This record gives sequence, structure tokens and C-alpha cells, in this order.
Amino acid sequence: MIRGVIVMNDRGKPRLVKFYEFQPAEKQQELIRSIYRVLCSRAENVSNFVKVDSLFGQDVRLVYKTFATLYFVFIFDSSENELAMLDLMQVFVETLDKVFSNVCELDVVFNFNKVHTILEEFILGGQVLETNSSEVVKTVEEILKMERAANSIKVVPSIPGWQGR
Amino acid sequence: MNPFSSGTRLRDMIRAIRSCKTAAEERAVVRKECAAIRAAISENDQDYSHRNLAKLMFIHMLGYPTHFGQMECLKLIASPGFPEKRIGYLGLMLLLDERQEVLMLVTNSIKQDLNHTNQYIAGLALCALGNICSAEMARDLAPEVERLLQFRDPNIRKKAALCSIRIIKKVPDLAENFVNPAAALLKEKHHGVLLTGVQLCTDLCKVSKEALEYFRKKCTDGLVKVLKDVVNSPYAPEYDVSGIADPFLHIRLLRLLCVLGQGAADASDTMNDILAQVATKTESNKNAGNAILYECVATIMSIEDNGGLRVLAVNILGKFLSSRDNNIRYVALNMLMKAIALDSQAVQRHRTTLLECVKDSDASIRKRALDLVYLLVNESNVKSLTKELIDYLEVCESEFKGDLTAKICPIVEKFSPEKIWYIDQMLKVLSVAGNYVKDEVWHALIVVITNASNLHGYTVRSLYRAVQTAGEQETLVRVAVWCIGEYGEMLVNNAGMLDGEDPITVTESEAVDVVEIAISRHLDLPTRAMCLIALLKLSSRFSSCSQRISNIVLHYKGSLVLELQQRAIEFNSIIEKHHNIRSVLVERMPALDEATYSSRRAGSVPAAVSTSQGAPLNLPNGVAKHTSSPLVDLLDLTSDDVTAPSSSGGDFLQDLLGVDPSLDLSQPGTNQTQKSSNDVLLDLLSIGTPPAQSSSSMPDLLSPSQDNKNSLDVLDTLTSPSAPSAQASSPVGSSMMDLLDGFGASSSVPVVENNGPTLPSIVAFESSSLRVTFNFSKQPENPQTALIEAQFINRSPDIYSNFTFQAAVPKFLQLHLDPASSDTLSASGNGSITQKLRVTNSLHGKKSLVMRIRISYKMNDKDILEEGQINNFPRDL
Repeated sequence: MIRGVIVMNDRGKPRLVKFYEFQPAEKQQELIRSIYRVLCSRAENVSNFVKVDSLFGQDVRLVYKTFATLYFVFIFDSSENELAMLDLMQVFVETLDKVFSNVCELDVVFNFNKVHTILEEFILGGQVLETNSSEVVKTVEEILKMERAANSIKVVPSIPGWQGR
Repeated sequence: MNPFSSGTRLRDMIRAIRSCKTAAEERAVVRKECAAIRAAISENDQDYSHRNLAKLMFIHMLGYPTHFGQMECLKLIASPGFPEKRIGYLGLMLLLDERQEVLMLVTNSIKQDLNHTNQYIAGLALCALGNICSAEMARDLAPEVERLLQFRDPNIRKKAALCSIRIIKKVPDLAENFVNPAAALLKEKHHGVLLTGVQLCTDLCKVSKEALEYFRKKCTDGLVKVLKDVVNSPYAPEYDVSGIADPFLHIRLLRLLCVLGQGAADASDTMNDILAQVATKTESNKNAGNAILYECVATIMSIEDNGGLRVLAVNILGKFLSSRDNNIRYVALNMLMKAIALDSQAVQRHRTTLLECVKDSDASIRKRALDLVYLLVNESNVKSLTKELIDYLEVCESEFKGDLTAKICPIVEKFSPEKIWYIDQMLKVLSVAGNYVKDEVWHALIVVITNASNLHGYTVRSLYRAVQTAGEQETLVRVAVWCIGEYGEMLVNNAGMLDGEDPITVTESEAVDVVEIAISRHLDLPTRAMCLIALLKLSSRFSSCSQRISNIVLHYKGSLVLELQQRAIEFNSIIEKHHNIRSVLVERMPALDEATYSSRRAGSVPAAVSTSQGAPLNLPNGVAKHTSSPLVDLLDLTSDDVTAPSSSGGDFLQDLLGVDPSLDLSQPGTNQTQKSSNDVLLDLLSIGTPPAQSSSSMPDLLSPSQDNKNSLDVLDTLTSPSAPSAQASSPVGSSMMDLLDGFGASSSVPVVENNGPTLPSIVAFESSSLRVTFNFSKQPENPQTALIEAQFINRSPDIYSNFTFQAAVPKFLQLHLDPASSDTLSASGNGSITQKLRVTNSLHGKKSLVMRIRISYKMNDKDILEEGQINNFPRDL
């Protein structure tokens, strides 16, 4: 089972946090900080896997990869194949790249709930749902189309009017 | 326009937060936003609630509290529009904790959405359910999810499959409902559905034995065929991951086969062919291919044995080891760790590659490889592997040296074919990484050296050479100094030359140089103490250096470290004043008992008798300063006074703390046995009087040829400088010193009057002011029972009032105390209190009496407690 997916930047700011087992907010921040510390202290020429038993319990590992300014981290237990997790991360990032056409940190920051939607098409309840990036892109585009349609139907009151209250 | 007003868009808020320079600024922005969102919630503002919730999710990600938004999620989920529902469900998954009451409220909305005509809304509901479903919800919504497993749209089917996993994990009883629909999913053509279906089957097998049996019987053949199709399928670009068709599906199928094959020979047989095909045909130049191979190996390792396949699997791992990709090497090592338990012979073949991995630049790979190599060592390869490891020890980074020595040392100890090889290897390790070697390792080395009498000369000469070049390695220096102290003359006169050994010319003065350099160079107390003892030993052997040694020792009379100062004073007195006994005193150590040492290291507790002579490491040179040894002495003491039928660690601790249930504490009059933790501590410290065995072994060690009386005198003179201070300090303090101080101990050991009648009186306890004597008598018809008359005398100038005496004995004894003659003890030895005790020894003739006593009284309105242990009962009581 995948225990969590975290995207953070190279200064430890979380950009996407998703735990598939409930963690209270304070604990989440603590985990993010601990993971950041681990990642910072990794040398360059080492493997992408880190044992994180001390944070998550027995046999839990994480795989991480840096893309530009972002760390992508998947946390998972022994029922997952480490190398496959590495591939899944690759597919996830490729998909982000397709959806945002050349994804950068700012895209993830400002569209974090869109990124969540994409992630939901890859992993559901800690299990791999889909590994085909074009299938995911298709679904996500469908969802976005529905959002836009709904938003254009609804007449949004103008912001100044709102402020007047 | 104020950008922080509640009307800001999500984008604006994120921008505002990002532009904050400090954490305080960020907190202020977030506080303002949260206040606005709260206001909007309380005004029940519908229009912006989904934007507000999106903001809250961002704020939550940054670690701020957002519980006030939980109800908003539920409202949004219940609203009809898709964007609201989407944000609502996202909020539900991110913001809500698993508190049942809140989740209960959402069950109904989810139920409706699961039946929604819009499949995307049904998809949202499935996704949320798969992430946060509780046991309650699982029971309520299982039928809906089960139905959706057959939904026309594959996207819904695959989500329903994963949602089912969460349901059966929460409520395993529901598993049986899902077995048939799950089996149907295995016939799917859609890769995504097949992938999730296989995963559902795997999890069903985990929660239900019946499901496992069912799938094993009905689906193994089908799954093998599916895997075969996937392996042989033509190129499918949509599932391609770097040139490999659908590696995830491969992996999931292999994982399920692994579960089905485990412990089932028939099922394992069915899958042998396809596993062999996957193992041989999958390309291994890409990560995706390796992921499949890795999973295939894992499956082969877990299913029922097929020798050929296992060798194939281990060979794949061997190939992984020489991969350039760190990740591949990393997983291969993890897997080999499992493989070694199944087929160490096959792993053995990759020894050379493994040794290369020990030298990897990645620390985690190095460490794993080292663990593996450690497991691979046996008698036949120990020499070559040790050589490789020691060679690497010389060049590796310093932070790895600790790990490496920690593995090399036990290998050498465990598998060494002969002592000379062991000594050679250990000297190499000590010379290269002596500062990383643990104490027990060089302790063990000394034990081995003392037992190899034919190698004493060789060892001391090798050490002499080693220390010339590696004098900074502390443990090497310690061993060298110890050996020079013991076998110094063999260094100088080249005694006991082995064939092929290079002769060496060392003068006495050069040998002393080594010790002198060591004592001035190393500041560590044990090293310096060992140096002093070596010097004492050499003082009688190297007559030409006697004066020089005396000067060095003299120098430490002024040491600020008490231990060194005391030793220097004592040794100086031996060197200056006691020529006649010096040579006997500093005789060579007898060989230390290897069996006792190794059993002690293994944590087992040797019998009481063997411990006293087998304490090799606190006695060797009289340095009773290793942290462990006082503790060991303590343990020895307690093992003496308890029958010790059970000697597990726990019991020992209890004994140590004086709370052993086998000790019945009897007391005349009242039966109060309150023991504050303070008392327990006092108990711990008060058992300082060493047992008969160890005190008598002391003279044996020092002067085996002399009669007992003489050696006692020697010890008296030895301890005289420290005796006054010991007496002046409180009883607790002095017994502590006794514990730590091998020589000082004898000063407080009561002298047994050997030449009395059959039942002599003894001084059972003596402190600076209180003296307790025991007079014994026996009724001839009852030899087991001894009558004791205790007499207490107060030699201080103050009267003791409220005087009580308590005693405790081990289980094999029975104790009865009569009331005391008085509870006031007059001062200055004028008068005494007497009290009668009756002790019945159920092991009469086998065990002597022992007793722990505690005396309390008031002196000048101060409560005083004195405690002690009596070991000097006449033997035949």
C-alpha cells in the first residue's frame, strides 16, 4: 500500500500533501519536516530509496526524485515494488507535464487542487488505480470541462458587490 | 482594494502567502484569511464556499488548523453542482479526521452520489469512500460498491475495485461478498480494470483464507494465462513505460501468483513455466524491466521450491548487483538477504560481486552488502573474505570504519581456524581502526592471548612493531601495553620465536618507551591505568629501567585523577619498600578462562563459583575500572547469597535492587516492610562486602605460593594509605569504594577467627561506631538449626535510641528473630543490646549461611540506617 505522496520544494515547503492513512495536521507537518531533513542529507550519487521505519512503522520505505526545484516523494510499505514506485512517479510527473504543458513549481502551487485531481486518477486509497498517463489526461480533461461548464452557467456575483457587505 | 479581504480569490491568497518574508507575516495573512472564511461560514454564504474550502485546503497543507471548515465539506458534497462536489470531496479526504460522528453525516450523500447518473460524480464518491471509509460506512455502502464493480464504464469499475479493498480491510467479514465479482474482474480486457481487479484479489487473499483457497483453485490457471498474454502481447503504446509493455500489470499479476503459490505445491507447479519465461525474456536494460524481474524473483523465492528457478532468480539478482544503477543494486541486496535463508549456496556464488558492493559509494548499499557478506562467511572462505575486508578497512571512509570493524571482529572470532591467524587479523584491525573497536573485542583478544602460551613472544613482538606505526589507535595501545607488561622480557630476549618470524632487537629501555609514550599520549583513564600497571610489572623484570620506571610512577602521584593518584602511591610504595614481595606480586597473569568469558559476553550468567575466578577483565591488572566490572561484581555478590535456581536477567535485577521475593524480611514486633526507593538504593550499595570467594581469590592471584596470612599482611600494607579515608566516610560510601576498589576491599572484610572452637564467634558487621558480633550455638539433635546471639556495641560517644535490627535471608533459610533486650544502646561501648536469632538451613552441609542486615537507630535525633551483608558465617552452620 502507498502510505502517502508528498511534493515539496527544495526548501522544504510542502506543495502537495496526501496521506492515505489518517494523520493529524501537526503530525503531517512533523513528517514533512523529518522527510525533508532526510532528503537534504542525502548525497547525490546514492539510491532513491530510503528506509523510514522510524517515521512510519515497520518496513516502510520512501522513494524520492528531484524534478527541477521539487522533491517528489512516495511513501509505501513492503506490499509495493520499489522499482515500480519509481516508475509510477515517473508516469505521474510525465502526466503533470502533459496537463500543465511543461510543469513548474508555480503550476503546482497555484493549481494544487487540480494536481490532487490528477493524483486521484493514479492512486485511490493507497492503491495504484491507473498507470496509463493518456487515460488519466483524458479523464482529467473531462473533469475540467465539466467544471468550466458549471462555472459558466452560474452567474458569479461580482467581487465589488461582495465587498460592500 | 484590500487584497486580504474575504473576497480574495484563491490565487490571490496563495500569492499573498508566497510574498511573505517571515513566518510571522505568513501567520498574519493566514489568520486574516481564516477569520474571513469563518465569517463567511457563519453568514452561511453559499456563493463562495467552495472557493473558501479550496483556500482552507491550502492553509491546511501549510500546517494551520482548519477544523472549522469540516462542516462546509459536508454542505458542498450535498450541493448539486459538480465543482462544489469535487471540492467538497477533496476537502473531506484532506481535512476530516476519522471521527465517526462527522463521517456518519456524509454517508447518505455518498450513497446518493454512488447512484448518480453522472459517472464522474459517482467516481468522486468512490474515490472519497476508498480513501476515508470507516467500518460503519463500509457496512452501509458495500452493496452499492459491489454493484458498481459491474458498471458499464471501466473507470468506475476500477475505482469500485479499489474501493472494495478499503471496505474488506475495514470489515473482513464482507470479503465473501466480493470474491465472485473480483474473480469476474480477472477476465477483463481493460488493463486498468484488470490491474485493480488483480489487486482486489490479492487483498481478498490476505483477509480471508476461504478467498485464498477459492482463487488458488479456480483462478491460478486463468491468471497464468493472463500473464502469458501480457508477456507475449504485441506492443501497446498506451501502457508503455520506457519500452516495456504495462510493467505494473506484470507486477500485480506476479504478486498475486506469489500469494497463491505460497505453501501450495500444485499451484506453484502451474506457474513455473511462465515464471521461467518472465525471468529469461524480460529485458533488463530499463528500470521498468528490472521492476518486473525483481518482482518475478520475489515470487520465485516465495512459492514452493523449484531448485532450478531459484538458481535462476539468484543469478538475476547477481546481475542486478553489477548494474550501474544504485536503485537496482539496492533492491537486489534486500532481496538477496531473503534469498540467503533459502539457498545460501546460490548466493555464495556472487560473493565477489557482493564484496565490490561493500566498497560502493552509496552508504546504504555498502551497509547492506556488508550485512550480506557477514552472513556468507564460513570456515572455508573466512581467510579470503577477511583479507578483502581488512584491506578495504584501510582505505574506506572513516564513518564506515565503525560498521566494518563491528562485522570483521565477530567474523574473525567465530571462524578463525587457528589462534595465530586470529591474533594476526585482530592486530591488523586494531592497527587500522583501533579507535573504532568496541571494548569487548580487545578484551576477548587479551583472553585469547593469555591462553596461547606458545604465541606470547610472537604476539608481544608483533604488537611492539604495530604500535610503532599506529600509536594513535587507542585499543591497540592498550593491548600492546598490557602484553608488554605481561610478556616484556619475551620482547627483549626474543623468546619463543616462531619459524619464519623476523628477529627484533628491542632494549628494555625501548620497551619502557612504548609505555611511557602511551601514558603521556593517551588521556583516557583505563589506558593510563593499564600503563601504570604495566610499569609496575616491568619494574621487577627490567632491572636496568627500575629507577626510570619509579620516576614515571612518581610523576602520577600528583595526578588529579584519584584512581591514578592512588595507584601511583601504592605502586611507588611497592617499588620502593617491598622488594622482597614485588616479584611475586607482579607475576604473570594466569590464563583467563575463555569459556567463562564467552558465556559472560553472550549474556548468560555463569554459576556463582566460576564467576569469582572468571572475572577476567576487572582483575587482569587490578584495574577494576571498566564500567561493566563493578556491576559484574555486584551481580556476583547477589548470585552468592541467593540459591540461584533461576538466574535470568530479570531476577538479577531484582536481586540487585534487593526486592527479590525469595528474601523474606523478618522483623521482631511490627512487620512493617515499607521500602522507599531510597532504601532500595541503599540495598544496592550496601552489598559491598565482597563474597568469600572473590576475596580469597585475590591473594591466590597475587601470590599463589605464599600462605594466606602473609598475603593478607601484604594487602593490609597495600591498602593502608587509603584505609583512613575509607573509614572516615559513611558506611555507604566505604562500601561503594569496596565495590570499585579491588585492593581496598580487603580492609573491610572481617577477619575470620580460624582457630576457635567448632563454632567461633564472628564480627558480623562493623562500621565506624557500631560493632555487631554473632555467637553461635547448636542443639546436637537439630543440626540444621543454629542459634545466634547477636550483640551490638556502640562505640560512639552518643546514645542510640529506637534501635532496631532487621535481617533477611535467602529462601533456603528460615529466620526467626526474638525481641531485642532493649532498644537503647548506651554510648562508648558501655553496655550492649543482645538479640537472639534462630536460623534453619534447609540445605545444611551444602550451603553456608548468608544474611543481609539492616540496623536503624536515632542518634542526636537523627535517623540513621546502616546495612550490610554477612558472608563470613562459619562453614558448617
